[in-house]
Amino acid sequence: MSDEYEHKLEAKSDYATEASSVSTPDIDAVPDAELPDQELYHSHSWWTTYVFSQDAKYIGIQYALTAVGTGLLGLVLSWLMRIQLAFPGLGWLDPAAYYQFVTMHGMIMVVYLLTALFLGGFGNLLIPLMCGARDMAFPYVNMLSYWAFVVAVLVLLASFFVPGGPTGAGWTLYPPQAITAGTPGYNGGIILMLISLILFVAGFTMGGLNYIITVLQLRARGMTLMRLPLTIWGIFTATVLAMFAFPALLVGCLMMTLDSLLGTSFFMPAMVSLGEKLTHEGGSPILFQHLFWFFGHPEVYIVALPAFGIVSDLLSVHSRKTIFGYRMMVWAIVGIGALSFFVWAHHMYVSGMNPWFGFFFATTTLIIAVPTAIKVYNWILTLWRGNIQLSLPMLFSLGFIVTFLNGGLTGLFLGNVTVDVPLSDTYFVVAHFHMVMGIAPILVIFGAIYHWYPLITGRFMNETLGKIHFWITFIGSYAIYFPMHYQGFVGVPRRYFEIYDSPYIDTSTLLLNKFITIAVLIVGAAQLLFLYNLITSARLGKKAEKNPWKANSLEWQTPQMPPEHGNWGKELPKVYRWPYDFSVPGAKEDYIPQNQPPSEIIGAKVEKT
Amino acid sequence: MSKKKSIFQLLTEKPWEKDQIEADNEHQGQTLNLSKQKLGLRTIMAASTVLFSLFIVAYSDRMLISDWKNMPEPWLLWLNTVILVISSLVFHMTTKYAEKDDFYKTKNGLYFVGFLAYSFLIGQLIVWYQLMNTGYYATTNVANAFFYLFTTIHGLHIVGGIYFWGKTTSKFIKRSLKKEEINNLIDTCAVYWHFLLAVWIVLFGLMLSS
Repeated sequence: MSDEYEHKLEAKSDYATEASSVSTPDIDAVPDAELPDQELYHSHSWWTTYVFSQDAKYIGIQYALTAVGTGLLGLVLSWLMRIQLAFPGLGWLDPAAYYQFVTMHGMIMVVYLLTALFLGGFGNLLIPLMCGARDMAFPYVNMLSYWAFVVAVLVLLASFFVPGGPTGAGWTLYPPQAITAGTPGYNGGIILMLISLILFVAGFTMGGLNYIITVLQLRARGMTLMRLPLTIWGIFTATVLAMFAFPALLVGCLMMTLDSLLGTSFFMPAMVSLGEKLTHEGGSPILFQHLFWFFGHPEVYIVALPAFGIVSDLLSVHSRKTIFGYRMMVWAIVGIGALSFFVWAHHMYVSGMNPWFGFFFATTTLIIAVPTAIKVYNWILTLWRGNIQLSLPMLFSLGFIVTFLNGGLTGLFLGNVTVDVPLSDTYFVVAHFHMVMGIAPILVIFGAIYHWYPLITGRFMNETLGKIHFWITFIGSYAIYFPMHYQGFVGVPRRYFEIYDSPYIDTSTLLLNKFITIAVLIVGAAQLLFLYNLITSARLGKKAEKNPWKANSLEWQTPQMPPEHGNWGKELPKVYRWPYDFSVPGAKEDYIPQNQPPSEIIGAKVEKT
Repeated sequence: MSKKKSIFQLLTEKPWEKDQIEADNEHQGQTLNLSKQKLGLRTIMAASTVLFSLFIVAYSDRMLISDWKNMPEPWLLWLNTVILVISSLVFHMTTKYAEKDDFYKTKNGLYFVGFLAYSFLIGQLIVWYQLMNTGYYATTNVANAFFYLFTTIHGLHIVGGIYFWGKTTSKFIKRSLKKEEINNLIDTCAVYWHFLLAVWIVLFGLMLSS
């Protein structure tokens, strides 16, 4: 030990005096590890390996599969709603069922699919691997986090089977209607929904604790924060947002549960329901709206920031080019995260707020477009003169840029109070948020799955099936949502379970509703193709060699692929550079992994960006 | 160990420049010089602070509506507050004893802290019982509902604290950890105790002043 230390001291002094002579192998020297290696839990049975696993990689996959399974239900619900909208008068769904499906579709997609998949799924899989850690900081708490999520999902699904069915209050769950007679599931489903959300928040807090501490404290030697891949920056910032935003949801859920079960009056005003005066009095429904959107708006960025990060890495790897403006990208992520807490009331322009209040929130909303625009420009500049590989991850990333831009631009319209008031509660809003927060992140998720599939299974997914999947999904989602923008402009209201031919509704709307429904069914079916590909490729896919995409970040540099328990074998990796050294002039290969020592790449000149 | 840097210094680093590369290669991979338990606790405290702040915002907003009727504060609440203050003080002393490696005083200190924490919870339950006996139910007025809600959420935080206090105490008695490790755990628990005292004083003060 002491010998080693002396040797290292010598090496360091050599380096200092002969900084110009790069030929000495001492340039690889890094200080000895001052921190002890992490102690790991080693599983000793099938149950503790695959079910109650404490290995972040397995937990990530468990999270992802559970989230996708729940998301499939959300997809099926959207089919059922669309069939109802396309063929009114058929009696396919009654109004109660329609509202219940709307509510469950929204909540499942936003919370139980996207949040769980990005943070729970990709977070667990990628944080330890990309940071160069053996596992999360608290593996046991991490396992609890996953199982709390499972229970939350089960409670949510149980609400389909209680008398009255799941809640039909809309995913925003506004009181007083959410817990008042007349709303589907007002005394059974809503309670299960609230309990499920409380469990989700509790589970997420345990997971988020792990993500934050692992990123901050357990990185490999040499891995400074500004050498982290943008994926980690996105997931990290989103986790911080979630830790601050989810308490608002928790407060709202707890107080509404009490209003419903005990009959308190936190949110419930004095009301007459079915001819009878209710016992509540004085409650403030608008208070719930503030609490909900104080959670709800950051939630948009909890989903979007990991997508931003992941897409930056996919674009860089698949165009063999340094990400353009790395620092600006980090600043944009952090800036968007901070700003996202000051815009929540733009969801409440029509709630009768003070005009100056609305003015303030319109301003902050438009300001948030600045860092977002920086990101879009930087993605495009990353592609510029890049060696673009039209692989599946690249296709989905390109699809993301276009879709996100589209959804972002309609956001500028809706962010202005005067424009929002007539468009509020029309299909324009539905189209906007599905583009920006539905399709865009989902395209990134698909790209990311095609990209990291070899890391998990050691095989590629089928390229042909993937391309069919991409084109149907990409063109199909435009076929679905472009017409909705138009429907919104002609004033078709959302949340109506049946839209008949009437003087207020244009005939084109009815035709478009049929068209959209056909597109929805086709796009949905294409997702089954994806699932087929996902399942069969694990056995039949083309074998992937190590680091198949020639990427730089650490997750591909593990001794084994797929990585084993503990990720790194005996020695933890040492990091010498950031993950974006692609196509460096003078280097033998067009990529230089983060852990490749400088002595192995003599002659390569890293360029500034 | 990396030098302490402000977030702005950190975000303006240029990881591709030669000087920065040399400095970065020396980095040990840890951002803050804190144990993961302490940092974990800080994260939890930050999230809890947001949670309680939102409750306070909701309280202040709801208070303005005319049906609000203030609730009397039983004298027992003052006693409970004193118990909580003492338990925080004792925990502070205990960390000092643990630093000095005084096994028996530390052990007694830990036991006493646990006893006080349980007494506080029981005291809160008695306050509930008294209030309900005198007709102050959660449904009677929303001020009462807020009182029950605050005490429950704060009490649950104390229960969580007792869980970790129990784990720490049993590890301490078994002497299964190194001195620095067990002291780190005791310090962490003590910080949480002070935090819960601060939260209680803010909540109690809020209810007294309204």
